[in-house]
Amino acid sequence: MQEYVMGNGAIALGALAAGVNLVSGYPGTPSSEIVETISKYPHDGVHLEWSVNEKAAMEVAASAAYGGARTMVTMKQVGLNVAADPLMSLAYVGVKGGMVVVSADDPGPISSQTEQDTRRFADFARIPVFDPSSPEEAYEMIQDAFAYSEKYKTPVLFRPTTRVCHAYASIENPVNNGPKAYDGFVKDSKKWVIFPRLSYMNHAMIEQRNVEIGKDFSTYKWNCVEGGNSKKAVITSGISYAYAKEYLKDHTDIKLIKLATAYPLPEDFLLQALEGVEELLCVEELSPYIEEQILKLVGKHALAIKVSGKLDGKVPASGENSSNLVADILSEFLGTEKFARGLDGNDAPALPMRPPVLCAGCPHRASFYAVKQAMKGKKAYFCGDIGCYTLGNAMPLDMVDTCLCMGAGITMAQGFHWIDGEGTCFGFVGDSTFFASGMTGVVNAVYNNADMILCVLDNSTTAMTGHQPHPGIGRNMMGQFVDKVDIAKVLEGIGVHMIVTVNPLDLDASVAAVQECAKLPGVKAIIFKSPCIAISKPDGKCRISEQCINCKKCIREIGCPALITVDGNVTIDENLCTGCGLCSQICPVHAIGGDTQKGGATS
Amino acid sequence: MKKDILICGVGGQGTVLASKIIAASAMDEGSTVHSAETIGMAQRGGSVTSHVRIGEAYAPLIPQGAADMILAFEPAEAVRNLGYLKKDGIVIVNRVPVKPVTESLQDTGYDGTEMIAYLQKKCSCIVIDAEKICAPFGSSRYFNIAILGVAVGSGRLGISKETVLAELERRVPSKYVEINKAAFYAGVEVGSGKTL
Repeated sequence: MQEYVMGNGAIALGALAAGVNLVSGYPGTPSSEIVETISKYPHDGVHLEWSVNEKAAMEVAASAAYGGARTMVTMKQVGLNVAADPLMSLAYVGVKGGMVVVSADDPGPISSQTEQDTRRFADFARIPVFDPSSPEEAYEMIQDAFAYSEKYKTPVLFRPTTRVCHAYASIENPVNNGPKAYDGFVKDSKKWVIFPRLSYMNHAMIEQRNVEIGKDFSTYKWNCVEGGNSKKAVITSGISYAYAKEYLKDHTDIKLIKLATAYPLPEDFLLQALEGVEELLCVEELSPYIEEQILKLVGKHALAIKVSGKLDGKVPASGENSSNLVADILSEFLGTEKFARGLDGNDAPALPMRPPVLCAGCPHRASFYAVKQAMKGKKAYFCGDIGCYTLGNAMPLDMVDTCLCMGAGITMAQGFHWIDGEGTCFGFVGDSTFFASGMTGVVNAVYNNADMILCVLDNSTTAMTGHQPHPGIGRNMMGQFVDKVDIAKVLEGIGVHMIVTVNPLDLDASVAAVQECAKLPGVKAIIFKSPCIAISKPDGKCRISEQCINCKKCIREIGCPALITVDGNVTIDENLCTGCGLCSQICPVHAIGGDTQKGGATS
Repeated sequence: MKKDILICGVGGQGTVLASKIIAASAMDEGSTVHSAETIGMAQRGGSVTSHVRIGEAYAPLIPQGAADMILAFEPAEAVRNLGYLKKDGIVIVNRVPVKPVTESLQDTGYDGTEMIAYLQKKCSCIVIDAEKICAPFGSSRYFNIAILGVAVGSGRLGISKETVLAELERRVPSKYVEINKAAFYAGVEVGSGKTL
């Protein structure tokens, strides 16, 4: 059946077509829709889960693959860092059933902390990597990835990038035969228990095997050469292949080499492809991985080829490629004409900036504002984390001093405490991030006797990545209603003595809770609990009465998108307002009322 | 048919549904389609674009200077994306601005008029008014369907009214089908030049 799906959907359907038995993952743009797509298509007999984090997802999938099941783990590229511990060891141990680790890279970066390159991870872990250039290709390639994984008894990486993950295309998806049969785990401690001796032996085996895989990849159908036999040739991979094609479709005499498996390097394929080539341009994103491999190959075989790319500045070192950028690079390299351009916009009027902001009515705004008010005039450190609430950094809130990685807010608050006993140290964490990697940080604080205030911004969802459920929700990806893991009870169990749960939309109560916590030593926790408005969709509306003196304090203080000025007058955009009532609690003349969620209203 | 259509606006304006209907309609009429959307952080009040590529294409995003049509839900977003337009392409643009939060904090007087004047000077465009078009339906939330109607009515989209209506019925919850159809027809009238 023909399906019009996102690249992530194509990966999911390809995995189902390959008879996958278990899919686990942790949400992260641009990978989140893979697990979600599986849940929307028939998947009887497939275990599907959002794991608590990427490391858990990797380990769940690993043992299932030990038992011969086909497994897929999904995450974004920084998630692979979290899962690196099991992956590095798993590479030595190997698997029985096919295991594909999907790690989606994000050139740009568009929604990530880093521009890291999963191909390097593959090289580092000594396991194969597949690099699809389109959703159509991803659908087929993920099925190949399972086959290679099983053939060589190794986990394999599958590395799409954002533009492949989020592109839509039609794929032909025949009715699949359901999950593959497997024979189960056969105990063998010499094989499945990692020990130095085993690692030593397997390391030698892996290096030898990778030479074999490189040979095997030399005849892999997605490693291919197009165009003529030109002396100037282009090598590319992933989405950059699509960009190159946009230009080279009109220059079919140019040799275009597509490398779909950058590691282990298919040397035989490349040596043949490079015959007669005098100059080679490497067009890729993130790191100059292909370029470095080609340089090694050129050195190893003493080839007379001039290699260009990121290392000599022909391709930008950072940021994502585009059709136009690649066309410019190619036209300069080949000495051919420029790509047709559209209108020149140099004379355009200044455009308004549109940085992403917390939604109108977002409870995080109220939580941040309460902490800000409570700490006014006092020295404080605000350590943020990964999620929608990173947007608390924007003006006028300006409540995120640091943001590093998942869970870091809690532990970084402790570092500030140890260098400055005066300031109050706050760690902000969302509910999903708390479960993913926040809990251990709280244990660290209690154990080492740090003074800090943990602010859990609990909106009962994983909002930023598209509202996935998590352990605190009481619902899982198998459609089961399960016991909710209670954040307050977790904190109590860890030994946090002061735990306050407050509705952030009640400003006075929230400010009081922060002030009270700030007076006490040790680890204190405030759970700001109010659902994400994108899920609860509250239908309240605030209204501004004639009492308004147009002081604009509401706008200046909280920066809610629903508070706008029309002809210089403060106005509420009723299409956006959710009636959270935060503005009504700030107004100095009580001019904002209406149908609000919290009783700050005056009319 | 070979057509590249760029849909742009601000997160929350309903650009995604409009792009999905165009893509599905083109496929219903037998074309190969590729598309891409802004997903993630920018959806929170940021600039968003959807690229719909009908016919043969390699890259999921439309190259600069290649779009046959830009459907702009907001005047500044039309200008921001004007580089995508082909020399003889057309822009269909809503004149009603969406002010960014930063605008409320620091009033620069942005109201979209300068953008509309610039567009009219630079390219062929149809300027529409979301508030006026949507007035009979009581909410601007139907504008994404109305602007589709304008595109179809203009005759420049290359997709038939009937195909789009069928997709609309398939994709909109049944209780909202009639009002969306009415918004679509209102758009068609504007696009075909019967009213403005």
